[in-house]
Amino acid sequence: MKLHEYQAKKILRAHQIPVPEGNPCFSVEEAVAAAKALEGNRWVVKAQIHAGGRGKGGGVRVASSIEEVRSHASAILGMNLITHQTGPTGKVVERLLIERGVEIADELYIGLVVDRGSQRVVLMASSEGGVDIESVAIQDPGKIRTLQIDPKEGMSADAARAVVAEIGLPESVHDDVVKLLSNLYDVFLTCDATLVEVNPLVVTRDGNIVAVDAKINLDDSAMYRHPELAELRDLSEEDPNEIAATQAGLNYISLEGNIGCLVNGAGLAMATMDIIKLHGGEPANFLDVGGGATTEQVSAAFRIMLKHSSVRVILVNIFGGIMRCDVIAAGIVEAAKQVDIRLPLVIRLEGTNVEKGRQILADSKISFLPATTMDDAAQKAVAAARK
Amino acid sequence: MSILIDRTSRVVTQGITGKTGQFHTRMCFEYAAGRDCFVAGVTPGKGGQSVENIPIFDSVIEARDKKGCNVSVIYVPPRFAAAAIDEAVDAELDLVICITEGIPVRDMVSTRRRMVGKKTILVGPNCPGVITPDVLKIGIMPGYIHRQGSIGVVSRSGTLTYEVVDQLTKLGLGQSTCVGIGGDPINGLKHRDVMAHFNEDPATEAVVMCGEIGGTDEEDCAKWIEQHMSKPVVAFIAGVTAPAGKRMGHAGAIIAGGKGAASEKIAALKAAGVHVTQNPAEIGALTKQVLG
Repeated sequence: MKLHEYQAKKILRAHQIPVPEGNPCFSVEEAVAAAKALEGNRWVVKAQIHAGGRGKGGGVRVASSIEEVRSHASAILGMNLITHQTGPTGKVVERLLIERGVEIADELYIGLVVDRGSQRVVLMASSEGGVDIESVAIQDPGKIRTLQIDPKEGMSADAARAVVAEIGLPESVHDDVVKLLSNLYDVFLTCDATLVEVNPLVVTRDGNIVAVDAKINLDDSAMYRHPELAELRDLSEEDPNEIAATQAGLNYISLEGNIGCLVNGAGLAMATMDIIKLHGGEPANFLDVGGGATTEQVSAAFRIMLKHSSVRVILVNIFGGIMRCDVIAAGIVEAAKQVDIRLPLVIRLEGTNVEKGRQILADSKISFLPATTMDDAAQKAVAAARK
Repeated sequence: MSILIDRTSRVVTQGITGKTGQFHTRMCFEYAAGRDCFVAGVTPGKGGQSVENIPIFDSVIEARDKKGCNVSVIYVPPRFAAAAIDEAVDAELDLVICITEGIPVRDMVSTRRRMVGKKTILVGPNCPGVITPDVLKIGIMPGYIHRQGSIGVVSRSGTLTYEVVDQLTKLGLGQSTCVGIGGDPINGLKHRDVMAHFNEDPATEAVVMCGEIGGTDEEDCAKWIEQHMSKPVVAFIAGVTAPAGKRMGHAGAIIAGGKGAASEKIAALKAAGVHVTQNPAEIGALTKQVLG
């Protein structure tokens, strides 16, 4: 689960991490009022969407008068913001963050992530703040310092201090940054985060440090421990089909193609997408119906796929293990009755009691193309999609 | 011969009184030498009871002391599963196989830290388990698709592994041991570790590995193969078509931070001399061809 910048900053503030003064706004009038309430003569109007690269797309603008705040807020609210992380369709901006402007002397990158290799939380710090850290990692990896944090010992202040010195920060802010890193690690642990990123961390002209941007991703598996954080979920940021799928206990991801896939198991689902592509087709989705593949789940899966307007054919690929193929076949027949499919349906069943399962499908009144292997299924689906 | 498990293994099921634990323990008990190997269950507070004539104990240590258990399989719910692994590690078992899906990452980071310097090997979590065909099945895979033989199988996914095993069996290629290492980002044995076990196992002639997008385990394994592997390896990497930034079902299956794409894994494996197919329907046939 992802948080908005303003939500993340509220958490940082609660952990004594300095962030610019500001407030989230949902209308132009609220934005104007928020700017008036902040003293000063420089404000930043920031689009709140779950994607990086907002500045380049025109979603972050600086204003030096209240009128300018009004015009920026009008321009950004409701705009379709396209960044390298939103995909080509972009995202409509429904929320703003109005903040007091900060006088920037220096920009740094600070991030905490779970590193799979070392199986620890790793601190990443770089003098190259304010830019995409992934491009720094590719072009100039020497500019990123990392520190593996021992979960037993916590973040060592000495090791953190060494990192801070290595990224070329003036000594006057060393103490403050070391304290910030320790607080940031607290945020990471107490929220069950998978990513906490401050980019940029700014050293101001008067020598203070401020987290000017903030990003927090949370571990979905740990949300039961954090009902207060679960409430921060912004469903408007998510694909409605993906939300419906989650509620039905399915794993679903929308893709660009026209062959809907219904598969049990994540690995087999990915492999099914791959074999479709290999035979010249394009999958419309990733869909893991789970090991059980009950009638309810299969029905829900059919309904979700049919909402995807470009789907021309549906490919069902089930390897029945503990859940027998006859049970699954009965479920597919029942689901096909409940949902008016009206599209070519290719079904490949394999595994426990497969003969019985195939017989149930053959005896049913549903119209479908039977397939024996994954290859056969993919070829039939690709051919049907071309018709 | 086999790796990790054989007929001398003595298994305790943690979470044996739950629906899943009870069902799968029965299936495993009924498979091959299962009735000799599945000797205990653990559910705190239910010691003294039994499931399918398998005695239940309050703790893993008690099960170890009274029944000689050296392997544990875990079905307990996600919020208690990391603590269950810790308990098995503290009881100094040889092997822990964790089936549970959805354990919080923070819990696994701290559990893996506790395991440093301990003798216990972890397989999983979020995995189908380990099977040595016609000898012992520990996990949720359908036993009947397997045949005893000389192909080692290692995979991050469940049903894709069944697909591969089914292809192998139908072509007359039995398996030495099949290991599901799981789809989570923080886990126990990696491809590389299992590959090393197979390399040492005289009963294994060749290895099939199924990787997927996310992380760099397959690349690490490729490096290891290049330097140490003396047996042929066939590989398939799932997720060539997966878009970046989207989690494909498994918590670990995501292309993020510029890492984890299938193309890089395939290139690394090919460079290490691994036989890679891009067609998941041809994994069995390629294995047969490689063996000649």
